[in-house]
Amino acid sequence: MKDENKKSKMLSIVKEKKASDISTYIIVATAWAVFEILIANGMISSHMKGLLVPMVYYAIAAVGLNLCVGILGELSIGHAGFMCVGAFTSVMFSNIFAETFPAPVRFFLAMMCGIAFAALFGFLIGIPVLRLNGDYLAIVTLAFGEIIKNVINALYLGYDKEGVHASLSAPVVLDAETGKMLINGPLGVTGTPRDANFSVSIVVLLISLFIVQNLMKSRDGRAIMAIRDNRIAAESIGINVTKFKIYAFTISAAIAGAAGVLFGHSISTLQSTSGNFGYNISILILVYVVLGGIGNIKGSIIAAAVLYLLPELLRGLSSYRMLIYSIVLIVMMLFNWAPSVRDFRSSMWMKIRRRKEN
Amino acid sequence: MSMNFLTYLISGISLGSIYAIIALGYTMVYGIAKMLNFAHGDFIMVGCYVVFTIMGMFNGSAVGKIAGVFVAIIVCTLVGVITEKIAYKPLRGASSPLAVLITAIGVSYLLENAALLIFGSDPKSFTSVVPWEGVAVKGLKIQGVTIVTIVVSVIVLVVLQLFVHKTREGQAMLCVAQDKGAAMLMGINVNKTITITFAIGSALAAIAGALQCSAYPALTPYTGAMPGIKAFVAAVLGGIGSIPGAMIGGIVLGVIEILSRSYISSQLADAIVFGVLIIVLLVKPTGILGKNIQEKV
Repeated sequence: MKDENKKSKMLSIVKEKKASDISTYIIVATAWAVFEILIANGMISSHMKGLLVPMVYYAIAAVGLNLCVGILGELSIGHAGFMCVGAFTSVMFSNIFAETFPAPVRFFLAMMCGIAFAALFGFLIGIPVLRLNGDYLAIVTLAFGEIIKNVINALYLGYDKEGVHASLSAPVVLDAETGKMLINGPLGVTGTPRDANFSVSIVVLLISLFIVQNLMKSRDGRAIMAIRDNRIAAESIGINVTKFKIYAFTISAAIAGAAGVLFGHSISTLQSTSGNFGYNISILILVYVVLGGIGNIKGSIIAAAVLYLLPELLRGLSSYRMLIYSIVLIVMMLFNWAPSVRDFRSSMWMKIRRRKEN
Repeated sequence: MSMNFLTYLISGISLGSIYAIIALGYTMVYGIAKMLNFAHGDFIMVGCYVVFTIMGMFNGSAVGKIAGVFVAIIVCTLVGVITEKIAYKPLRGASSPLAVLITAIGVSYLLENAALLIFGSDPKSFTSVVPWEGVAVKGLKIQGVTIVTIVVSVIVLVVLQLFVHKTREGQAMLCVAQDKGAAMLMGINVNKTITITFAIGSALAAIAGALQCSAYPALTPYTGAMPGIKAFVAAVLGGIGSIPGAMIGGIVLGVIEILSRSYISSQLADAIVFGVLIIVLLVKPTGILGKNIQEKV
């Protein structure tokens, strides 16, 4: 009897989770439909329209980071580095094959290329980094992110009939006729076809959602969450901790790379500056993840969308907007996380419930 | 050894001393409150602007310089303590350590944007708080501010070591750092100890700010952000929670940064600094002087 109760309770939890997963897709699809209708009717300013793609790629990056922070339980403040890798490799691909493929095929291949390289970097960086714990891990991911950004910022890369030329100190000299500059040091990559639009970005978001949500429900996902909850216990029941940590970290980096690909293809000049890929951006994404709820994928997307648009909605307040944004951030954190506020909130809930019962 | 190398080495030690002073504050706060105070770098910026404003009031006279530094120390201490009381203390005991980290980021945004509103985004040119030209030994010219920075950092280190090991408050800090719960049971006022730590850390940030802006005189609302991160790297490099470690880490970091800036590439200097951090942590995951604590089941 007791077992049956337990079983039905478990089933209802599983059903609830499934419903929550599906509601996430519905939210994203609805948001897409609403914005498309608004655009079609000309009810959205061109400035606002320009914010839609960034909003989505920050949401994708937040989903990717949530896999690392919320599900794997390791704090990373270097995910902007993976975005940087994804952006630059895919943009170079698009530039090299600008004439070879039609636009949709080229963008798809560029996306695959960016994701593959970001995943490769995630894998290679994950091997040493995931040996560390807690804040040490965080600071090393920050270090890797900054190294990636700085090295690409100093990199000159081009090719001509004699082969590939690369330099970290001075512009490379290329054959005038056959030469093509790929990365021009701090000037970055120019003339990228702007293949990323709102609908494509939404598709990428839905795919990354599908991957992360299904991973969470799979055997592998449960192993990853077991490591998060108690590493030693997980190890003692035969879960290969290193393998699953690197596995989750690599997927997380790949998703960040996908966000980077969209970033690279939504602007025509891509530079590896602090404003694009510095640790500040990693922190910005981390803010979305934490405010949306650590381990809550739906929350990450909503938080990314709301917080990305918030400073823009406050634009009427001109120079005060970032000040207000920071105050809102602090107040929201205190409201959501402070134990005293939480107690107060739950006691208020109890009172309301009791009143209803009476 | 060439003259150039010596010059670079000395300016590296000087920059490292600034990192060390910031890192001392960082490491103490981390050791006791167990939190990454991302706003620590912005306390430096606040200190710089206070010194800048007071010096402006006194038209750059010597009295203004001394008054500026003192007022900056007081203001920064207040800012640190108030921040701790309002933004960090309510989150003590939150279910995730990330909560207070994000709040610290919020405080950092708040300070930067407040400075942006008050002082604008254009860089202010900062006059040195050290009106001394410096000395020249056999053609090797050392600036006054370089010498003062190194001397100040040594004094800070010695005073802090004495404070922590010889006074009641310092001992209380060591206890809280080791085990907060047990310290509370022994009758130590944990809240007061954490407040004192924040006060000291923020005061050190003000001193570091005045010295940093004297050596690199362009002041913007984002002046403190990168030194703050670098100082944290220095604290981790030396072994976080260790006072001599922060000093060693800071100086190692400063020397590496200046040498790679001069001999390799100014653009890659930061990458090299972070690379050194990664290598040290992979070889010795707790930093140079960090203690290895075994995880128990």
